[in-house]
Amino acid sequence: MATIETKQGQAVDPQGLTKADFQKLDHSEKKGEVVVRESISAWKDAWLRLRSNKYAMASLIILLLIVIMALIGQSISGHDYRSQDYMATNEKPSSNHWFGTDDLGRDVFARTWMGAGISLQVGLYAALVDLVIGVIVGGIMGYFGGKVDEILNRICDILYSIPNMLIVILLIVVLEPSMFTIVLALSITGWISMAWIVRGQIMQLKNQEYVLASRSLGAGSGRILFRHLIPNAIGPIIVTLTMTVPNAIFSEAFLSFLGLGVQSPAASLGTMINDALKAMTVYPWRMLFPAVLISLTMLCFNIFGDGLRDALDPKMKK
Amino acid sequence: MERILEVKDLRVNFKVRGGTVQAVRGVNFHVNKGETVAIVGESGCGKSVTAQSLMRLVPSPPAVTTGSIKFKGEEILTKSLRQMENIRGKEMGMIFQDPMTSLNPTLTIGKQIMEGLVKHQGLSASAAKQRAVEMLKLVGIPNPESRVNQYPHEFSGGMRQRGMIAIALACNPSLLIADEPTTALDVTVQAQIMNVMKDLQVKFGTSIILITHDLGVVADVADRVIVMYAGKVVESGKTRDIFKNPKHPYTRGLLESVPRLDQKKDEPLIPIYGTPPDLIKPPAGCAFAARCKEAMRVCLPNDPALVSVEGEDHRAACWLNHELAHPISSEGGESA
Repeated sequence: MATIETKQGQAVDPQGLTKADFQKLDHSEKKGEVVVRESISAWKDAWLRLRSNKYAMASLIILLLIVIMALIGQSISGHDYRSQDYMATNEKPSSNHWFGTDDLGRDVFARTWMGAGISLQVGLYAALVDLVIGVIVGGIMGYFGGKVDEILNRICDILYSIPNMLIVILLIVVLEPSMFTIVLALSITGWISMAWIVRGQIMQLKNQEYVLASRSLGAGSGRILFRHLIPNAIGPIIVTLTMTVPNAIFSEAFLSFLGLGVQSPAASLGTMINDALKAMTVYPWRMLFPAVLISLTMLCFNIFGDGLRDALDPKMKK
Repeated sequence: MERILEVKDLRVNFKVRGGTVQAVRGVNFHVNKGETVAIVGESGCGKSVTAQSLMRLVPSPPAVTTGSIKFKGEEILTKSLRQMENIRGKEMGMIFQDPMTSLNPTLTIGKQIMEGLVKHQGLSASAAKQRAVEMLKLVGIPNPESRVNQYPHEFSGGMRQRGMIAIALACNPSLLIADEPTTALDVTVQAQIMNVMKDLQVKFGTSIILITHDLGVVADVADRVIVMYAGKVVESGKTRDIFKNPKHPYTRGLLESVPRLDQKKDEPLIPIYGTPPDLIKPPAGCAFAARCKEAMRVCLPNDPALVSVEGEDHRAACWLNHELAHPISSEGGESA
């Protein structure tokens, strides 16, 4: 069959056509049913949007670096975080002690990353507990509504009305101060905001027709809630989560600053700042490094969370 | 013929702040095996509530459903929630009006078809996926092998509705309830969807309840028609009888308000003026009397019964069919 090479938009020379060119096409030859576009899932789409956000990506990279350093920082410093050296107290940053030493001659570099690790762990565990309790309670409130919602909501109201820090401090005073206690104390009230966000989302989503469609296929309540509703609310859930982590880190630092955090010789960024406070004017570097690190972590989590929200829910952006 | 569904004196009431809305007020009908029954009427006359109550999908509370729904000889209204979950999707399937919102955007089409198969037929994931591909092929979606892994947003409106049909028919239910399946689609796609449904009905012997206000679709596919107004059946019969010889002014009004291709240009469309009554306090007599061109004295205080009129299995609830009434003008257009 004679086919004529044509560039788009250029006319074909009618002289060059033959009878064969005017034969009818079979349905399969028309190629109208070929899937042209590559399939893009919602996650991939969100990732592409996130990747184009410079600030969020920079934050993500910094956060990853902080996590890596928290894991390996101690070992590359060549010093143990608790070994004391009374011959070298309050030293300035040097090639031996990169961030200097504290009043007991402990290496600040090793202690900073050790502390960062503890702070991140507190943030992570608190966020996870919030996530699990908040999503389940919020999901149940939103999906079932009515009396169930009423009762659970009042319980949340009551918990929320008690000053947060008071509960936390009381709990830590009663129990032994440790990471477990801090996480427990932070999550007693921390899940409430997550529950309320999930509740609102589920209330909105449960009237969607696909929920009715799923019920018409015989799906039970649990299946509808966890397979149909919560995945559709995952955007706000993740965003709330990225905001919970820095909050927990901040609360932990605050508690440690009050002396209620992890106990020596272990360190968190908050306890280090507290220790350094006493000699702040003389040995400022002892406070500088943990303070900068905690600020940087918070900043990055907030910027990243913001970017993540825009990526997961582009409608929210203006 | 085998009766697959028999509805007797179905009533659905919704308790709301201002009182009780009587959405469905004593509806009787039946569906035979392999037949298509259309329920037609305006918005708000109880079609969708009737359809959803057949699967007990009307939220209760606030709804209170009474009467009897016998499906394959078993009473639906007394079944437990667990038993209903085993009937939904397996014995009865449902298609909804808007394919844009009735698919879950976070799950692939394949996963949504597989959901019912895994639950009701206990298939393994791979067997269910294979069946999902077959279903997509059956409803005429090209490249089902790759389409099965796609999300609803990658489908066009018509394809989504085909996907909905695939989901509803995956477990081969004996009754398919289609709630305005073509309303949200454009005309060329409407015809495709109706053809898919007709093909599958022949293939599987499914009975279909088609809810619509599109009389063109009704004439094309339905064996019998049930006309509903204000929560009641006002006329029922074979499609041919309903179209050729409507015995209720409301049915006639519906037919007249559809534009026809053979209509002359200056011939006006005849709308039904007014709106359906508020069903919190439905009128004592005929609910249509206030909008009826033929309304008589008898209509206001007395509700007409659904009585047999000429034609096989043809029934209408209108006082005009009483022997003392003035003869009803058969050509609606002339009386206007």
